[in-house]
Amino acid sequence: MNASSPIASAPIWPESPAVQVAQPSGLARSQHPSPGATVAEHSPVTPRPIRARTPKRGQPDREPGLKRANFGREAGLPTLLLLPQLLILVCFFFIPSLRALMQSVLLSDPFGSNVQFVWFDNFKALFASGEYRQSIVTTIWFTVTQNVITLAVAVVLAFASDRVVRGRSVYRTLILLPYAIAPAIAGILWAFLFNPVVGPLAHMLHALGISWDPNRNPNDALWLVIMAASWKHICYDYIFLAVGLLAVPASLMEAAAVDGAGPIRRFFLIALPMLGPTVFFLAVMNFIYGFFETFAIIDAVTHGGPAGATNILVYKVYVDGFINLDLGSSAAQSVLLMTFALICTLLQFRYFDHKVNYGV
Amino acid sequence: MVERAPVLDTICHAILIAGALLVCVPLYFAFVAGSLTIAEVQKVPLPWLPGGQFVANLQAAWAKADFSRTFLNSIVVAVGITAGKIAVSLLSAFAITYFRFRYRMLAFWLIFMSLMLPIEVRIVPTFEAVANAALPLQWLADMLHVADFWKWISGHDVTITLEWNMVNTYPGLILPLIASATATFLFRQFFLTVPDELCEAARLDGASPLRFFWSILLPLSVSNIIALAIILFLFGWNQYLWPLLFTTDKDMATAVIALKNLIPRSDSEPAWNIAMSGALLTMLPPTMVILLLQRWFLKGLIDSSK
Repeated sequence: MNASSPIASAPIWPESPAVQVAQPSGLARSQHPSPGATVAEHSPVTPRPIRARTPKRGQPDREPGLKRANFGREAGLPTLLLLPQLLILVCFFFIPSLRALMQSVLLSDPFGSNVQFVWFDNFKALFASGEYRQSIVTTIWFTVTQNVITLAVAVVLAFASDRVVRGRSVYRTLILLPYAIAPAIAGILWAFLFNPVVGPLAHMLHALGISWDPNRNPNDALWLVIMAASWKHICYDYIFLAVGLLAVPASLMEAAAVDGAGPIRRFFLIALPMLGPTVFFLAVMNFIYGFFETFAIIDAVTHGGPAGATNILVYKVYVDGFINLDLGSSAAQSVLLMTFALICTLLQFRYFDHKVNYGV
Repeated sequence: MVERAPVLDTICHAILIAGALLVCVPLYFAFVAGSLTIAEVQKVPLPWLPGGQFVANLQAAWAKADFSRTFLNSIVVAVGITAGKIAVSLLSAFAITYFRFRYRMLAFWLIFMSLMLPIEVRIVPTFEAVANAALPLQWLADMLHVADFWKWISGHDVTITLEWNMVNTYPGLILPLIASATATFLFRQFFLTVPDELCEAARLDGASPLRFFWSILLPLSVSNIIALAIILFLFGWNQYLWPLLFTTDKDMATAVIALKNLIPRSDSEPAWNIAMSGALLTMLPPTMVILLLQRWFLKGLIDSSK
């Protein structure tokens, strides 16, 4: 980011967040696809942004993330400015998280009248219960499948839309649409399409001789929610891949073309490896989406059934906490999920490391 | 494009058309089903062309899901989350980038920690926090032994019970969803790119920090604010789990939750035509946002995921 960016208005495709190589050529390629562009036009060496490393006036001990020109050592005003954010975080983030931690080592009856400290019994009970292990397996199967489908379709679509010039914006707009649709609604749409009685696609399956009934057959139900979840999330992966592809230097692609590499080969040997960090980021985001945000799809479509076939972990936290009122177990599950979310966050920061410059 | 490859280009068009169809087919069938009578929608196979009941079904869905009330709730919640999060984040980002105070790094890390723990993983304790927002005060009172202290002073036995129930209120729906720091980081990153000269000039001219914030920083941030507002509006409108826990009072349900009650269950009349009209209605506002404000939406999506 350079100093002029704050004033510049938003470009049609915002500057790539994912791959920061040679944005100028990438953006130029998006707007004026010039088949005759010569290799020499694009310097293979990305010019490093010139960062202000001028000697600082007055403050030799600069803190990270602090503006060089700041308002000095004032304590009252910043505290006041931070107060709303911190109050909300304490009330609705830190205290609930701590309470989950505390409750996960307590055993209490549904009315909270009898509370006992039980160490890790809640966790032991969880891992001993077949239902929970089944839920873990279901969640992994669900998220991994959803992840693979989403990424694969998004990669193919991004590749295609990178090549196509005519009608690109129409395709793009249509592919983006599911982002607007709530997960619950996406679930309802697919539940209708594959409803064994009235659904048009279920009817086609039946016509092909496939006995399809997500209300009875656990496998069918799982596939139904996987399809709905992927359908809703392809657009997200697609956007990031499409933006990332724009930033792949045209010079590299042209050089490879001169060496005789075809479009598909170039895509897999040059563009996709350069998008590696983006793909990694998307895979993590897909896991987060699959673990947490698909709750709505499950609740609107299958209610975790039939026979627990779509009872993913986050749905089980809800059922155990709010319906079965098993607070200790629900809290222990929350803690396990938090650990998972934290791991995902840390993974993401490995990716952010290259992006976020705290020293600026 | 480096070379001409007509065959590949045709294949690419075919792929994109398939992708567009994948998106559109569920929507088209929703539209078809939403335009049929209840008798027609149960016929197998479903007709490929829409019927003439579209408007009637929309009206039925509107009445049945009480959309005139639930849409209002959704708008209040979505706008509340958007405005609240942006206001709170702008202030705290300003504080941690433009002031050198002792607890700056502590504040930074406190906010930072909340970055990526979705509300779904801590629903039960968060629900308790909302069901009694005075709980922290109660703990404080218990911890400091206020009751014992009072007894020691006055000799009376008292029990302190504080209660502030936010279930079925707008703040209860909105505040817990504001409690994450993504927007703060977006603004922080942006503030770090604002030229230092602006602040120096403002200070030379004798502007106070708040004056600088209001007259210089805020106008510069407008494009970021709009882009982020779109994303947050979609996020707020499409919320499900949190409003679901608050549907004890039907008048406080959001549109998405009200829609859920339209889905036919196995023991009810299969009114899929009404359900699909309701689905189309509920997805209309966010879809319009994406269609009309696409460039801002893309900027917001990519910025806020950084």
